[in-house]
Amino acid sequence: MGITIIAFFTVIALLSQVFAPVPEGHEDPFRIPRFGWFSEPQPPSPEHLFGTAQWQYDIYYGCIWGTRTAFRIGIIVVAGNLLIGLVVGTLGGYYGGLIDELVMRITDIVWAFPGLLLAMAFVSVMGPSLDSIVLALILVGWPSYARVIRSEILRVKQEDYVEAAKAIGCSDLRVIFKHILINSIYPIVIMASLDTGAVVLSAAALSFLGLGPPPGYADWGQMISLSRGFIYKNPVDPLGYWFTWTYPGIFIFTFVLGWNLLGDAFRDILDPTLRRR
Amino acid sequence: MEKTMESRDLLNVKDLFVNFYTYAGVVEAIDGVNLLLKKGETLGLVGETGCGKSVTSLSILGLVPPPGTIEKGAILLNMGDKVINLLKQDDSALMKIRGKDVSMVFQDPRGALNPVYTVTQQVGEALLLHKREEMCKRLLQKLERDIPKSNTFRRFIYNCEKKIYERMINNPKSLPLRLLSRIPIINTYQRRLRNESKKEVIQLLKLMKIADPERVVDMYPHELSGGMAQRVVTAIALSCSPRLLLADEPTTNLDVTIQAQILLLIKELKEKMKSSILYVTHDLGVIAEICDRVAVMYAGNIVEVADTFTIFKKPSHPYTQDLLQAIPRPGKEFKSIRGEVPALIDPPKGCRYHPRCSKVMPICTQIKPEVAEIEKEHSVMCHLYKR
Repeated sequence: MGITIIAFFTVIALLSQVFAPVPEGHEDPFRIPRFGWFSEPQPPSPEHLFGTAQWQYDIYYGCIWGTRTAFRIGIIVVAGNLLIGLVVGTLGGYYGGLIDELVMRITDIVWAFPGLLLAMAFVSVMGPSLDSIVLALILVGWPSYARVIRSEILRVKQEDYVEAAKAIGCSDLRVIFKHILINSIYPIVIMASLDTGAVVLSAAALSFLGLGPPPGYADWGQMISLSRGFIYKNPVDPLGYWFTWTYPGIFIFTFVLGWNLLGDAFRDILDPTLRRR
Repeated sequence: MEKTMESRDLLNVKDLFVNFYTYAGVVEAIDGVNLLLKKGETLGLVGETGCGKSVTSLSILGLVPPPGTIEKGAILLNMGDKVINLLKQDDSALMKIRGKDVSMVFQDPRGALNPVYTVTQQVGEALLLHKREEMCKRLLQKLERDIPKSNTFRRFIYNCEKKIYERMINNPKSLPLRLLSRIPIINTYQRRLRNESKKEVIQLLKLMKIADPERVVDMYPHELSGGMAQRVVTAIALSCSPRLLLADEPTTNLDVTIQAQILLLIKELKEKMKSSILYVTHDLGVIAEICDRVAVMYAGNIVEVADTFTIFKKPSHPYTQDLLQAIPRPGKEFKSIRGEVPALIDPPKGCRYHPRCSKVMPICTQIKPEVAEIEKEHSVMCHLYKR
């Protein structure tokens, strides 16, 4: 199920040009084309399948190209987290002693940082953009990876085969990569796939708070932020602007759900003892 | 430290002290161990759990786990043309020695095999680490035979491979080669090397008397039975025909029939490869079976060294006597040693065995006894025997 959803989104992201062609003379495909300057959202119509948002941004186009943005955020952030976490956790776990102490205290400090605050600080320095969100999420997210990797390495390090590898004359690097990491990477794989969804969710939240890209950028969080003023229409027709937040919402929801299910599936495959009967 | 050794000696552990610095205090795990191993000999190191047997063998490999540190002493290894002190070698020198000159068989064969690699990969790892040059040379000869027979295209590829292998022999650490070996498709040249190592692994497994080695080489550790796993682990240790094999209770986890087979095999291969064995165990039966000489260890001290026959017939140290008494025999009252193994964090003063000794004298609680040679090749560390 998870794989199906993620595969579906991958197809959308790869073929976004086909699903939502970039209008001619439009230089940046991530800028949602607008159709006029009218500030009231327009309901779905044959030209605009999901309707238009404030200032006539096409919601359908935004949702499709937003998939690319979501993948970009998720993958870059998780890859960054993994990289930092792996290096830090491996150093701490394998070498132990003073290095471990130093590295893990840094991890603790970073972990104590309120992520949202750090993101705001970044944005105030770098200006609101997707990059500052991504950077903030990378810098805040790695400590959990580092800890999991460290504890896994501590466990695997005790195994006889690690000692046996040293006893036949393997170098430290060889022991780390060929014998320890390969046996301690599974929890991280699960964590990374679960996290990809969560990261997109936090990025959307940050966008919603106005820390993300400017209005009109194809980013789901940004699109919901744009529809903030249109959640309630009027007493007669309270949900009159439903399309402005429902469609991006559905995209975010399914995307995150897909990654969560995928993570669960990974766990079942990699650790069969946890499988439900 | 003098670096001389008699040519018939292989290993000389001199006055070794190992401490473990724990939060509770300093554990004096090895307290002045002296051990001499002759060429071609099997020396049994016997003692209770926690007496420092394994730490002694790990010290020889330079792999004492932290927080353990080797305080002082020397471990001299006779390399044939020269004598080296293993404690004075740096890491890279030790890496070359481990697995090649000194190798180890571990207690738990399943634990000693990495679950994610096949048998070929694991046995081959030791081969590729230490015998790469030899294997490359063999491959070169084969290539030279093949080149004249092949067509133009093949010849071009073979010539490239030849250059790579020549380079591997001359400069095993060259950077371009290491980069090349990481690039997919191009690194298929390593296929030959892998095939060669696989062939060698099959030979080794045959030597280990594993049935159907062609099938076993592609198995993962979980598919092996306990006995087979132990044979594979032994094959890894013996892959480079080491001078010294450290066997850390290799048969304790096996049932008795398999144990006998493995013991026999180790004995046989020792002769074939002209190795010496330091056999660490708590099983006196095994000692009687395969060892030439025995060193009895108690709480970080070697209390008695003698040939196997003497140890069983004429044990001299009270601990050895008590230990032999403690072997259960039918029809005889079962006697255990009174008291318990002392915590080495705060070892008994004087002789470390005195709280449990049946022949304790006043001097035993005060002064650590010296080693006395009571007969030729039979030394005891006890106040009962004055030199």
